Amino acid sequence: MYTQALDSPAESAGTSDEPERLERFQARIDRDEKIEPKDWMPEAYRQALIRQIAQHAHSEIVGMLPEGNWITRAPSLRRKAVLIAKVQDEGGHGMYLYSAAETLGVSRGQLIAQLLAGRAKYSSIFNYPTLSWADIGAIGWLVDGAAIMNQIPLCRCSYGPYARAMVRICKEESFHQRQGFEIMLTLARGSDAQRAMAQDALRRWWWPSLMMFGPSDAHSVHTAQSMRWKIKRFSNDELRQRFIDVTVPQAEFLGLSVPDPALHWDEATRHYQPGPIDWSELQTVLKGEGPCNHERLEARRAAHEAGRWVREAAAAYAQKHRGLEHGADAS
Amino acid sequence: MTEDWVLYEVFIRSRSGLEHKHVGSLHAADARMALEHARDTYTRRQEGVSIWVVRSSDIVASDPQEAEALFDPARDKVYRHPTFYAIPEDVKNL
Repeated sequence: MYTQALDSPAESAGTSDEPERLERFQARIDRDEKIEPKDWMPEAYRQALIRQIAQHAHSEIVGMLPEGNWITRAPSLRRKAVLIAKVQDEGGHGMYLYSAAETLGVSRGQLIAQLLAGRAKYSSIFNYPTLSWADIGAIGWLVDGAAIMNQIPLCRCSYGPYARAMVRICKEESFHQRQGFEIMLTLARGSDAQRAMAQDALRRWWWPSLMMFGPSDAHSVHTAQSMRWKIKRFSNDELRQRFIDVTVPQAEFLGLSVPDPALHWDEATRHYQPGPIDWSELQTVLKGEGPCNHERLEARRAAHEAGRWVREAAAAYAQKHRGLEHGADAS
Repeated sequence: MTEDWVLYEVFIRSRSGLEHKHVGSLHAADARMALEHARDTYTRRQEGVSIWVVRSSDIVASDPQEAEALFDPARDKVYRHPTFYAIPEDVKNL
């Protein structure tokens, strides 16, 4: 699923690369040509992409945790099967994205080491806890919904392997959102207690979902360069507005209220106008002080350590069999 | 951090009668594991009936820098296409 806050190039574009090469590169992008792994590209483009794709990949992997939390407690066998399939998809999406990042010359080991060391970013949305079953509905509906909004334009991004990974991901993502909405709908049409549970989940996930689109355009320093390179195709605020416009009527259909008293339909702009976003909260979570930052990384580290013997055994087995094959060749 | 497993490229035949097509890559300790990982990573929705995995290091690729030298010679050979030949409309089955 999950991109957010695609804050990319650290350095300004191409300080060391020759201007005419850069110009030709930009011209290719302007013609909507795709850049492929072995093509020449400015170092800053490469680095920006590595960071963006890695961040996205990490988000998929960490994103398995809040939902995995409910697999054993899913309310029916059907829900359990669906949730397992969804979490499996997130793992798969992480794999597609790590593969795409690797085409840029970074190794998977490096990327995973960065995540486990706490030096890599992932979507801050996964640092919130999943307190009730309704949260699984809200995540599918809102978090995956926001992710889809972000990701559909990336299917047309300038870097071939990333664009192809996004096409694959977006195809699979739509089931995630629909199953989430179905959970919300079931709860909304259920008992008073179930409705209250759904309302509470919407209350807690609404603002963090809006923040998934990243800081407002006024404060997003990297947007212009990323747009020029077409590794980002719409601004944070544009995507956020689209999400609000499609999601508010869905909440109304559910009979649930969005936790924003200032939210209203603006006839002049033909958009829903939200109240101000409390960015200080996002900053806190980004800084690592969200409700679950620590827990998420600990869970990843524990999984990595617990799987070490499996990786080592598989490598030893492969080594042994390579040895046997070579022995056979020699005789 | 232990070293990464070998990188494999994955090719999937989506249904019989069609060619295998590159879908992505993955890491695996050996070829059999690569097939199993490819199954789990790239065919969760019956996207294929057959999988090839190839060590990425075994693929020999053309160099994009040489693309002009490789492909441009075909550009002025339009006579290799049937539309190059003008045939009167009255002539049928040609």
